[in-house]
Amino acid sequence: MNSQTKNQSMFQGPIVRQALRDSFKKLNPLIMMRNPVMFVVEVGTFITLLMILMPGYFGIQNQMGYTIAVFVILFFTILFANFAEALAEGRGKAQADSLKKTKADTVAKRVNEKGEIEKVSSTELRKGDVVVVETGDLVPGDGEIIEGLASIDESAITGESAPVIKEAGGDFSSVTGGTKVVSDSIKIRITADPGESFLDKMISLVEGASRQKTPNELALNTLLITLTLTFLMVVVTLLPIAGYVGVHLQIATLIALLVCLIPTTIGGLLSAIGIAGMDRVTRFNVLAMSGKAVEAAGDINTMILDKTGTITFGNRMAAQFTPVGSATESEARGAAVLSSLKDETPEGRSVLELSKSQGFTVDPAPYEQAEFIPFAAETRMSGMDANGVIYRKGAVDSIQKYVQELGGEVPADLKEKSDQIAGLGGTPLGVSVGNKIVGLIYLKDTVKPGMKERFDELRKMGIKTIMCTGDNPLTAATIAKEAGVDDFIAESTPEDKIRVIRDEQAQGKLVAMTGDGTNDAPALAQADVGLAMNSGTIAAKEAANMVDLDSDPTKIIEVVSIGKQLLMTRGALTTFSIANDIAKYFAILPAMFTVAIPQMEALNFMNLNSPTSAILSALIFNAIIIPLLIPLAMKGIAYKPMPAAALLRRNLLIYGLGGVIAPFIGIKLIDLAVGLFV
Amino acid sequence: MGNATLQFLLILILLFVIAIPLAKYLQLAFSREETKLDRFFAPFEKFIYRVAGIQSREETGWKKYALSLILANAALLGISYVVLRVQNFLPLNPGKISNMESTLSFNTAISFMTNTDLQHYSGESGLTILTQMIFVTMMMFTSAATGLAVAIAVIRALSSKGKTIGNFYQDYIRANVRVLLPLSVILTILLVAFGVPQTLDASTTITTLEGKAQTIAMGPVASLESIKHIGTNGGGFFGVNSAHPFENPNAITNILQILAMWCIPAALLITYGLMVKNRKQGWVLFGSMMAIFLIVLTVIYCAEQAGNPALNKLGFSSAQGSMEGKEVRFGIPLSSFFTALTTAATTGTVNNMHDTLTPIGSLVPFGLMMLNNVFGGEGTGFVNLLMYAILAVFLAGLMVGRTPEFLGRKIEPREMKLIVIALLIHPLIILGPSAIAFMTHLGTDAISNGGFHGISQVIYEFTSAGANNGSGFEGLGDNTPFWNISTGIVMILGRYISIIALLAVAGSLTQKQPVPETIGTFRTDNATFGAILIGTVLIIGALTFFPVLVLGPIAEFLSIR
Repeated sequence: MNSQTKNQSMFQGPIVRQALRDSFKKLNPLIMMRNPVMFVVEVGTFITLLMILMPGYFGIQNQMGYTIAVFVILFFTILFANFAEALAEGRGKAQADSLKKTKADTVAKRVNEKGEIEKVSSTELRKGDVVVVETGDLVPGDGEIIEGLASIDESAITGESAPVIKEAGGDFSSVTGGTKVVSDSIKIRITADPGESFLDKMISLVEGASRQKTPNELALNTLLITLTLTFLMVVVTLLPIAGYVGVHLQIATLIALLVCLIPTTIGGLLSAIGIAGMDRVTRFNVLAMSGKAVEAAGDINTMILDKTGTITFGNRMAAQFTPVGSATESEARGAAVLSSLKDETPEGRSVLELSKSQGFTVDPAPYEQAEFIPFAAETRMSGMDANGVIYRKGAVDSIQKYVQELGGEVPADLKEKSDQIAGLGGTPLGVSVGNKIVGLIYLKDTVKPGMKERFDELRKMGIKTIMCTGDNPLTAATIAKEAGVDDFIAESTPEDKIRVIRDEQAQGKLVAMTGDGTNDAPALAQADVGLAMNSGTIAAKEAANMVDLDSDPTKIIEVVSIGKQLLMTRGALTTFSIANDIAKYFAILPAMFTVAIPQMEALNFMNLNSPTSAILSALIFNAIIIPLLIPLAMKGIAYKPMPAAALLRRNLLIYGLGGVIAPFIGIKLIDLAVGLFV
Repeated sequence: MGNATLQFLLILILLFVIAIPLAKYLQLAFSREETKLDRFFAPFEKFIYRVAGIQSREETGWKKYALSLILANAALLGISYVVLRVQNFLPLNPGKISNMESTLSFNTAISFMTNTDLQHYSGESGLTILTQMIFVTMMMFTSAATGLAVAIAVIRALSSKGKTIGNFYQDYIRANVRVLLPLSVILTILLVAFGVPQTLDASTTITTLEGKAQTIAMGPVASLESIKHIGTNGGGFFGVNSAHPFENPNAITNILQILAMWCIPAALLITYGLMVKNRKQGWVLFGSMMAIFLIVLTVIYCAEQAGNPALNKLGFSSAQGSMEGKEVRFGIPLSSFFTALTTAATTGTVNNMHDTLTPIGSLVPFGLMMLNNVFGGEGTGFVNLLMYAILAVFLAGLMVGRTPEFLGRKIEPREMKLIVIALLIHPLIILGPSAIAFMTHLGTDAISNGGFHGISQVIYEFTSAGANNGSGFEGLGDNTPFWNISTGIVMILGRYISIIALLAVAGSLTQKQPVPETIGTFRTDNATFGAILIGTVLIIGALTFFPVLVLGPIAEFLSIR
């Protein structure tokens, strides 16, 4: 389940074969009832079948060919719609199958009341049981580490092959069943009964077994049923009304008209769009607990993001060299670089990079023999002893004490300048050469590249971003400005987050947030979209309605896009489906009446071959548009963040106007082809 | 053409001059806060409250509001039915007019209660002066007030958050006392000034040039005419309605009547913008409906001006247009305008016979009644338009990648279910009974011209009843139990189901916390939404009725051209 296999093609052999089989299984009227639009088509198909079987009863002996053609096209219309749904489900099922392999029954080492270890099947484990997991063992179920520390390979769940460290206590204590301990040994308290574990939930989610229609889907379905009923009424009442002027309409033609008018295109694709939307989220390695959550993501007005780890890297990087005392800037820089020359910590690397970006590099060759002094908790310094010269960098007070011990002076401006850096939210590091303090390194939290652009995109979508940080207001303001977030909360506590969410929600806004710690759980639950990190605690994961398996908090931004795309695809295809009716009317109505009322030929704007050809062409168009739109339904329509007005104009043009025009062209082309046979 | 354009332009300008201040007046008249209007009207209203025994003027939720509405309407329906059945015994019956037959009374009472005014009788010979004054005039006020109250309650719900949408009795009485009554008084005076009679004499006898005595029916015509139009009722004093020289003597009274039936439906759209505190919202609805109206007006005017294709083929000059069934004093332009507007605003008053419109011309009254929301009737037009607006939001709103919201309120399954009930009922009550009529002799026997025109006659009758319009295509022998009962039921369903459904939608939306507008919000106050709204109205509304129109007017046109 790594990212390569996830980008599998939409039409993979086995999935397609399974979907083809399922298309026929779904013909079962009991299953079909769930989709009223297509159920009407099925009833119509059944009636035409009866007509073919009992032509004498219906008096259609001389229209057998036509009736059979209508039957075949109707039958394929249903199959196409079934295929779309089956294909969408099939992709989820394939994923579920690979997960199920992970779920294979394992042997668990349970600790009984006497403290002895007994071997039991993992299916026998219950909430509260304590098990021991050692190197090479699979974790038998979801749980919390109560003792020990281990590195765990979670690739079965996340696709990420690098092991992660988990330890008892704190925010990194949760383990998931099916993952593997690669080193050390831990004691786990099981937190889920069999069948309720994270993996079980995940399997049923991707399988679509627990799929419930979202409110928006229900509302749309209501509308589609209404349109179906309306057109049913139109077609049924047409029979006696036309009869009054001596037009005797054929049942097969009326069924054809009905099927063309009811929204079969969207009716056939609606559930596929929903399933595929969820699937896109899953493929993105985010587990959404419900389709409702994905749709809510599309509606988000406010996004609350943690500063550290989400907006910034979290580790501090050198941003500036400040000379102190009589030293020059280049002296300060030189000393800083030499003190960090052999320092492999991110902070050390960042000093070299900053210097390089300022056009100053040091040839490491002369210092090969030099001794590296690593950072130690007692000294709170690191550095290098080279050719008798001592280079040090470290916490300002430590450096100060160190040079004083060596008999050096503390420059008068040191305190002022280091306070200045602290005031800006940075961390000052003192740099000394021998017993002389030459400068300060301004360490700063760095905004991840590309964040500003993403916040701009969010702004274009109308989403406000709020940054939460424990930093002081000054630091928070600096980062907020740099990252381009709309608002920030400094010195924030978890309670602040809930308060902000409630305030925003009271204004009718929908709020999204990410979190991983136990103290984030209430806020995650309060938010409309809560994305928990897989690395986070069980409490956080349970409170959230989405879990990111990659534990990348910035992914919430993409989740919003996927949600929007899902809603747009649904709207666009509905609009397209309804707009198609105009052309279908102009193909079928004149054809229906021309036999009895020759003047009706004047309405045949499209100049279609013959009444029979016109009706069949409209019906064929109505059928093949479904498979033609399957790729669009699965992938979702193209979405780029832009203001609603621009988005609307674009989609209206493509799917509204396109929906009016496309069938005129399509039906005409099919008619040309059908004309060769009829 | 130039002359027609000038006349149309004059009417449009006058409409703006009247509707804009009227819109502000409506907002003030129904305000939740105390206004300066209270000082003037409160004594009258207090009197009515006391007489009617209305104790509570507390705001209620939508259910109580709808229930009060139904009760008030049902009570009036009962009284009216009785009055019609016993009018012969009541005073003010100099013409010795007899009691009305039961199914006709059923139809007539419903007809006036539902603001339809479908008349299966002829006013001068079917009703006594007392009935005209008590029953007809009273119902014209109360039915219009009902519609107005509903529209105001719905707008109020959309423009605020809470649990209540208003007090029905308060809105109802204010609609009568503050809006309909003053406007009617003004219009009555104007109509009398321009030659419409207003008298308690039932008739006058004159000696004709041939020396014979002729009795000419008269009565309190002007007062009835004014509320007939201001309340978008349409039930005429005389059988031929506003084509009668006493009801509508000249071009000036014709224009006055056009403006009278147009001003409140048009002003309500502007009032809506004012009340939701975004004028553009109102103007977008206004502009969209005006666009549809101007298009169909052009269609009917051009079709009538071009003359009857069958006659043109025979070599008759079409210079005068198709004047059959039209009054020379109005000509083609004012007849076309009147026909378009009486069906747009679902008034149902006629100044020419719709039966003799050219086939393409007749598509216009058909279409407007089938849409039932191009300005529409008093209040109900707004309510129907709102239904389409919510539908448009639902369809197109998804395309900006958010679940649909209207004025910041999410459109969810509950609202959608209610909306589709209103959407479904309109074609059901038109097409269903029409199909039944064509299947039985009870229905087809009434048709006076067979063929495609016969289809038009039947469809028109049910469309007019379903849209609560009340105009007749005429030519249909409709005073039979079948037609009286069927159209009676259609009128009730056509009126109350959508009113109750939309009150429920309003009640549901008003409780939702509005989502603040951002750059990512689907806007309903710009031209794009106007275009979407027009598209939704035309596609959803028109597609439903296209087949029967093809079999009726369009087939007729194709067969005579």
